Amino acid sequence: MKLDAKIPSGPLEEKWSKHINDVKLVSPNNKRKMHVIVVGTGLAGASASASLAELGYKVSTFCIQDSGRRAHSIAAQGGINAAKNYQNDGDSVYRLFYDTIKGGDYRSREANVYRLAHLSNNIIDQAVSQGVPFAREYGGYLANRSFGGAQVSRTFYARGQTGQQLLMGAYQSMMKMVNEGKIEYYTRHEMMDVVVIDGVARGIITRDLVTGELVRHSADAVILATGGYGNVFYLSTNAKNSNVTATWRAHKRGAAFANPSFVQVHPTCIPVSGDYQSKLTLMSESLRNDGRVWVPRKAGDDRPPNQIPDEERYYYLEERYPSFGNLVPRDVASRNAKQVTDEGLGVGSTGLAVYLDFRDAIARDGKDVISAKYGNLFDMYENISGENPYEVPMRIYPAVHYTMGGLWVDYNLMTTVPGLFALGEANFSDHGANRLGASALMQGLADGYFVIPFTVGDYLAEAGVSTVDTSHDAFASVEKEVQERIDKILGVKGDRTVVDFHRTLGRIVWDNIGITRNEKDLKKAITEIQALREEFWQNVKVPGKATNYNKNLEFAHRVADFFELAELMAYDALDRGESCGCHLREEFQTPEGEAIRNDKDYAYVSAWEFKDLNGKLETELHKEKLEFEFVEMKQRSYK
Amino acid sequence: MSQMTIHLKIWRQEGPDTKGAFENHTLDTVNEHMSFLEMLDVLNEELILAGNEPFEFDYDCREGICGSCNLVINGRAHGPKRLTAACQLHMRNFKDGDSIVIEPARAAAFPVIKDLVVDRSAFDRIIAAGGYITVRTGSAPEANSIPVELEDSTFSFDYAACIGCGACVAACPNSSASLFTAAKLSHLNRLPQGEPEREKRVVAMVEQMEKEGFGDCSNYGECEAVCPKGISIASIAEMRRNYIKATIAG
Repeated sequence: MKLDAKIPSGPLEEKWSKHINDVKLVSPNNKRKMHVIVVGTGLAGASASASLAELGYKVSTFCIQDSGRRAHSIAAQGGINAAKNYQNDGDSVYRLFYDTIKGGDYRSREANVYRLAHLSNNIIDQAVSQGVPFAREYGGYLANRSFGGAQVSRTFYARGQTGQQLLMGAYQSMMKMVNEGKIEYYTRHEMMDVVVIDGVARGIITRDLVTGELVRHSADAVILATGGYGNVFYLSTNAKNSNVTATWRAHKRGAAFANPSFVQVHPTCIPVSGDYQSKLTLMSESLRNDGRVWVPRKAGDDRPPNQIPDEERYYYLEERYPSFGNLVPRDVASRNAKQVTDEGLGVGSTGLAVYLDFRDAIARDGKDVISAKYGNLFDMYENISGENPYEVPMRIYPAVHYTMGGLWVDYNLMTTVPGLFALGEANFSDHGANRLGASALMQGLADGYFVIPFTVGDYLAEAGVSTVDTSHDAFASVEKEVQERIDKILGVKGDRTVVDFHRTLGRIVWDNIGITRNEKDLKKAITEIQALREEFWQNVKVPGKATNYNKNLEFAHRVADFFELAELMAYDALDRGESCGCHLREEFQTPEGEAIRNDKDYAYVSAWEFKDLNGKLETELHKEKLEFEFVEMKQRSYK
Repeated sequence: MSQMTIHLKIWRQEGPDTKGAFENHTLDTVNEHMSFLEMLDVLNEELILAGNEPFEFDYDCREGICGSCNLVINGRAHGPKRLTAACQLHMRNFKDGDSIVIEPARAAAFPVIKDLVVDRSAFDRIIAAGGYITVRTGSAPEANSIPVELEDSTFSFDYAACIGCGACVAACPNSSASLFTAAKLSHLNRLPQGEPEREKRVVAMVEQMEKEGFGDCSNYGECEAVCPKGISIASIAEMRRNYIKATIAG
């Protein structure tokens, strides 16, 4: 496997416009004959489907939910960045680019990130025209806010529903093209595998989740916009149906998987309350602007928090990071919460929580001021936890939130399998080792509206019109493999449920490939994952049948893929002998616990090639060296 | 942490063409911090381990925003708590010994797929008929060249908050989709961007709604009462006005 990022030559700010001038075009006549498959209907998938259909391609779009509008993009709360500089506060495309590349701790490509910043403004224009109701000022013009510690106000937002509103804009544009007959729209259909013929992606096999029927779909190009893999941890802020299956199956057909161990953990989530817990809920990190984070100084202190006097409270972020205090970045806050709970200082019934206390802020500003700022978050917290945060401190804990890793793609968003593309969170391309707030929505929409329409055309112009029929042997053989796997899973008839396996796997991944990693635990995790995977195939109990709606069967397939991915994550974390962004290797930190990045040896994207799976995952590492021509690499410090 | 015993009466139906019936189950290990769906997860795990089939129900985000869940709980879409989707309903809203009846969101236009899962694709087709502003990718003008009065923007947003769960249809004695359809119309029609297609939109969406087999609105107001996002039925009056204006004007 050879990695060629295909980054256009020339000055940073001219690369994309030069590329647009250089890409080949498909004649309108030929576009009608060309068929593009889009898997996933989140921001990236819906925007790509709509845009490609408008161009005249035949598009087939697939989602696993009952409607394209359910995709997990809908849950994004905070906002979307753009370099409009409407606030006249000195923002620019370059500044957004610089913040994003620095935020990613210099583990992303300059050219991709610059293009993202450049396209950010077009996204806002497009969304406003679609009727996305962004926040506005009294004069009727768009409002902005500062987000995630940025020094400029460049975040556009729609109450706490920015993801929902942007998704509705993209979904509605997609549904318009469905109505015009330009998109074949398949809901409750899951992609089970990619069909590769002569080294080129030529279609997919889907499973109709209502009837269980396997269906063959041929195409000239296949686009995966299937989101991230945070649910490998079982508990995460992802929706329950979010999964790695589409990208993992593509990986096993030849698409390299990049930086799988780069996972973002969000520090302010509502903690686990018991074994039945099915997911975690995120609360905006703006809460740390006024809340003080603490734990009791003495392990096992089970007094109610209000009875613990100040001198017996450990305000650990304020003590350890005097200049940033409670406002340290996401990864630092998460890591410290884990440390204090590992030391036995955690609070609540599980001991896996820390306090976020508004007592002093309420005393200083009054309850009304705090309520005006955070009222909806306080209500949400009370609804879930049953406790009133005006009276007792909130309990919070970090939770997995976003995965920076994903399928390796070149500048054209094409994977290492020609004709197979990956967009949005499904690819690895723009966030390096850490994603900044309000950047996920930006990337999904930039990929779908403004990058893929050009780059897929470039590929198709080169490939030419060549129809493949689904009666081709390759379709029959992949379909047979899919069927055998379904039969195998249903045939185990063991004693442990899919959820039980998933929860156990999640615990291994969280404990060893989570907030901090070390060589010993990573090696232990690999052995445990392999053993649990073996047991899964011997002992999983999947009820029901394959010919009707069966959610346990769907989940069994996804969990089986999570097992394989988890092992790859451990190899990736082991390989990376440095700490960068969200990846903290305990061996590579200063005595004060600061990350030590190693640019000399690790300024690369790790791209893993699947080889085989025989008890253990056989995989080969390829390195794409990252060149920094336009920015200087700097170390972060928050002391 | 106190444990509760909850008696459940849940709808079981193999498929769209088979007859369904209620099944009774009792759970002894319900805890007040569980969400309603987590309580069902616990039941399903017990059923699977005992060699039985679990109950199928739709869910995804479990944060009250994706609109997947749509259970009818004790006769009320999304259950007893106002402005709360079923996934955000916690068991502390019930008490030890309670009996709870769980049914699918029933409507002629929402055929049952299995157990508590229904087919809401009619909603997709209503949006496809006209629930959008036509703007090709790349053809949008500079965002601030379209100022929107704050009042209009806020009004529009209140209706854009719809999550498409279908509780309004399940609650309506006529199984009308008027609140869902009208919410989208109020969202788009009030904005300057939505103005050019206003009449075409209302006619296309209302006619699609009728074609799907949803009933008419007779102003019961049940839809507004169960809507987890608090969408107001004022939008339905506006939809009717605009529909009449558009069709009479020709």
